[in-house]
Amino acid sequence: MTVIPLRLPRRLLEFTLDGQETRVPEGSTILDACRAAGKDIPTLCEGDTLTPKNACRVCVVEVEGARVLAPACSRKAEAGMTVLTDSPRARHSRKIVLELLASSTDLSTTPRAAEWIKEYKAKPDRFGPDAARLDEEPKIDNDLYVRDYDKCIQCYKCVDACGEQWQNSFAISVAGRGFDARISTEHDGPLTDSACVYCGNCIEVCPTGALSFKSEFDMREAGTWNEEIQTETTTICAYCGVGCNLTLHVQENEIVKVTSPHDNPVTHGNLCIKGRFGFQHVQER
Amino acid sequence: MDLHFGDSKPTDEERAAVDSLLGPPTSAWEGAEDRTDADLRWARGGREARERRDLLLPGLHAINDRIGWISEGALDYLCRRLTVPPAEAYGVATFYAMFAVKPRPAKVLHVCTDLACASKGSAALCAGLEERLGAAGSAAGGLVWQPSPCLGLCERAPAALVIQAGVPSDEGSVPLPLASTGSGRDGATQVQLGGARPSWPAGANPAGPARTGNGVSAEPAARRYTTAVIAPATAEALVLAAAEPAAAPAEPAASLAVPQAGQPGLSLLARVGVVDPYSLDDYRAHDGYRALRRAFDLGPAGVIREVTDAGLVGRGGAAFPTGRKWQATASQPVRQHYLVCNADESEPGTFKDRVVMEGDPYALIESMTIAGYAVGADRGYLYLRGEYPRALRLLQNAIDQARARGLLGDDILGQGYAFDIEIRRGAGAYICGEETALFNSIEGYRGEPRSKPPFPVESGLFGKPTAENNVETLINVLPILNQGAAAYAAIGTGQSTGPKLFCVSGNVGKPGIYELPFGATLGELLELAQAPDTMRAILLGGAAGGFVRPDELDIPLTFEGTRAAGTTLGSGVVLVLDDTVPLPRMLVRIAEFFRDESCGQCVPCRVGTVRQEEALHRIVDRTGADAAQDIALLREVGAAMKDASICGLGQTAWSAVESAIDRLGAYK
Repeated sequence: MTVIPLRLPRRLLEFTLDGQETRVPEGSTILDACRAAGKDIPTLCEGDTLTPKNACRVCVVEVEGARVLAPACSRKAEAGMTVLTDSPRARHSRKIVLELLASSTDLSTTPRAAEWIKEYKAKPDRFGPDAARLDEEPKIDNDLYVRDYDKCIQCYKCVDACGEQWQNSFAISVAGRGFDARISTEHDGPLTDSACVYCGNCIEVCPTGALSFKSEFDMREAGTWNEEIQTETTTICAYCGVGCNLTLHVQENEIVKVTSPHDNPVTHGNLCIKGRFGFQHVQER
Repeated sequence: MDLHFGDSKPTDEERAAVDSLLGPPTSAWEGAEDRTDADLRWARGGREARERRDLLLPGLHAINDRIGWISEGALDYLCRRLTVPPAEAYGVATFYAMFAVKPRPAKVLHVCTDLACASKGSAALCAGLEERLGAAGSAAGGLVWQPSPCLGLCERAPAALVIQAGVPSDEGSVPLPLASTGSGRDGATQVQLGGARPSWPAGANPAGPARTGNGVSAEPAARRYTTAVIAPATAEALVLAAAEPAAAPAEPAASLAVPQAGQPGLSLLARVGVVDPYSLDDYRAHDGYRALRRAFDLGPAGVIREVTDAGLVGRGGAAFPTGRKWQATASQPVRQHYLVCNADESEPGTFKDRVVMEGDPYALIESMTIAGYAVGADRGYLYLRGEYPRALRLLQNAIDQARARGLLGDDILGQGYAFDIEIRRGAGAYICGEETALFNSIEGYRGEPRSKPPFPVESGLFGKPTAENNVETLINVLPILNQGAAAYAAIGTGQSTGPKLFCVSGNVGKPGIYELPFGATLGELLELAQAPDTMRAILLGGAAGGFVRPDELDIPLTFEGTRAAGTTLGSGVVLVLDDTVPLPRMLVRIAEFFRDESCGQCVPCRVGTVRQEEALHRIVDRTGADAAQDIALLREVGAAMKDASICGLGQTAWSAVESAIDRLGAYK
């Protein structure tokens, strides 16, 4: 059973979305309105359970009268505003942002990236073979997580999930600045020396696979990861009495990773180290 | 909050540096060495400690100033004292150019290689240093030198700044500050920097016993925190100054940066070079504090009306009507309100705020008091760029004197109005001049800009309604109140009223700050500054502005006039390049600057500035068809940076390059 949390009724406001009069509840973002209207806007740093940092800028839309484009994920709809989601300006910026991202990071495990790159006719390789990119080896310093910064688009979701929005561990932050900025632990040390409690909530929110389960990483390295044959079963965690929902990802009769449904009103996708990683005993290891 | 501190311990000196700011720790929870019975019964680190987060940046300065860099132990100790997660503090420490988290020598020599200095031979200067001191960034003989973005000394280019870490010069002669004065937003936490009038170069204070922060006598020859500015610089002078910063020759008076100093008819610069910048009495003898009395007569609403009627618009580049900003802040029902003075000018080619603050510091203090009164703020923050040691000393002195004389504090001039000003030092980040990034910086977070809306007048510093103005905007309030709105509005043009400061630098005979009424033309200004006959290009508005050609001298220097000419007035930079300056290399330098200074938060800016720099490097020696493909690429990336970046830095990072291509035909 999915519990739908009741909220106070909200007033509706009217604005124009791509020429159509649209009514959305007060407080909705432009992205909410687009989704309600069945429009598909690319997003990367937006997440369903975190306040978006609007750092990736792939969801930019044109708001009439504004000097610059607005991020649909965090710009609230206002009564009377006129929004164009697919104007040449917005499409151009999205294309360039996708090119900039794909030229500097590995988007191979980013869901839908390839599709958007095709849709917007982005050509990431036109910056030339010498275009700066990270090209860093994955950081493997513990048995549960792998941090592959070559895939990191610095969307801040892991920082927010580790910090005040979810876990309150504050084990990671952004360090450095500009192109050299990186998600980092204190003093850039290994995760095992940090405040990390291995809840894995950062993996849960990572949109690109820069953070992944060691199990998934190893299988991808070995070429045995096959999402198509995986099944997903949602069950209840048996470790304590909270009753968190676990979604077991099973491939060839083995649990390969554990996630948690984001629409669960108790956990919103959060788990602890036991729920997220304590599945090996099921497999008698 | 689940905080985790490592095992690294601070050294005694690092501990003393932090304690000199925060006072000694009172419990083992925040780093006291002995655990007492009381510590076992209660935990520190709740709201009270977290509310001191804004002392993170001053704390990092305290460590960096004394040691020269920030070690793991020192950072962890500071985090413990302030209940800040070490990962976040590490993120903040690595954000600023003036801090180091890896060991480095106590003496750091910053050599400006930015636009104005580049046009005046900084490349040769760096080559000379390389010969004498070794490669940039390599430490030798207790010294490291490094190229630096604009130091704001453009009129005396090429410029350099030596910073020697050590014991603050006031320590030992002044009682330990802060231990009991409260902190942050509520108390007046001040790093005392020379309450008494120091002799030049201040910071070198050989008198007085050297003592460390916890009162233990140290070696008498403890190294003193010293800064020295050398401009114009030669390699020989830099080597000498770096060896003995305390003995470096004094900086010339600020008035030398004002070629018009002492001339009649000046308004904003009238006192520069005329008054003693240390003396409150001298300031008062020259019309000082007359405007504040008038403000009290008018009442807050009256002051806002005058400023609105005068037509004052912001001088930082955005040209937003100041009266409207103040009105919007004043009318917010939420308390408390803040006033923030943006004195972080880091735009290459800009040095006007520095000259005003050094030549007439009380004017800024008086202006901030009036602005605070108008918007209903009882607290003002003066965010000063970290590279301005002399301005820091003068402003701190001015604040201390004003406070001692009842011109700041609980009851200003007996009017029942309470207002105080705290200086916050930046630490080398151009982006912190962006108004919301500046709030984050003061609050102890990374200086990343926030998304707007909400706007600062609604939710600014500490989430409260905040009016933020830059130095030049604020000091315009004095002539408005002294002359009256009508007389002020009669100066300049209909849409750009009042006087305007221009920073003229580069290849001109008389570089410096010029005050002209709005409406003077570029040619008139350049005539005063003695531009050469061989002008190749003029950069208006700094690195975020645009180039114009030498045949466009009739452009009126107003907001509307420059807009009509397809360029911008920006912050008032007029940087002249003659035909000896290689333009493509200057464009690469501009691109380097933006790549260096991008905060890295949003993709168009973080990656776009890198791609821009790469393309400009590729075509630095090319023209015509060889450059065409990269120019097309630059245009596409530039359009996305302009449209999709979060803040003005990314939005303008391509403007100057674009104008050089379109107006100057840079690669034809």
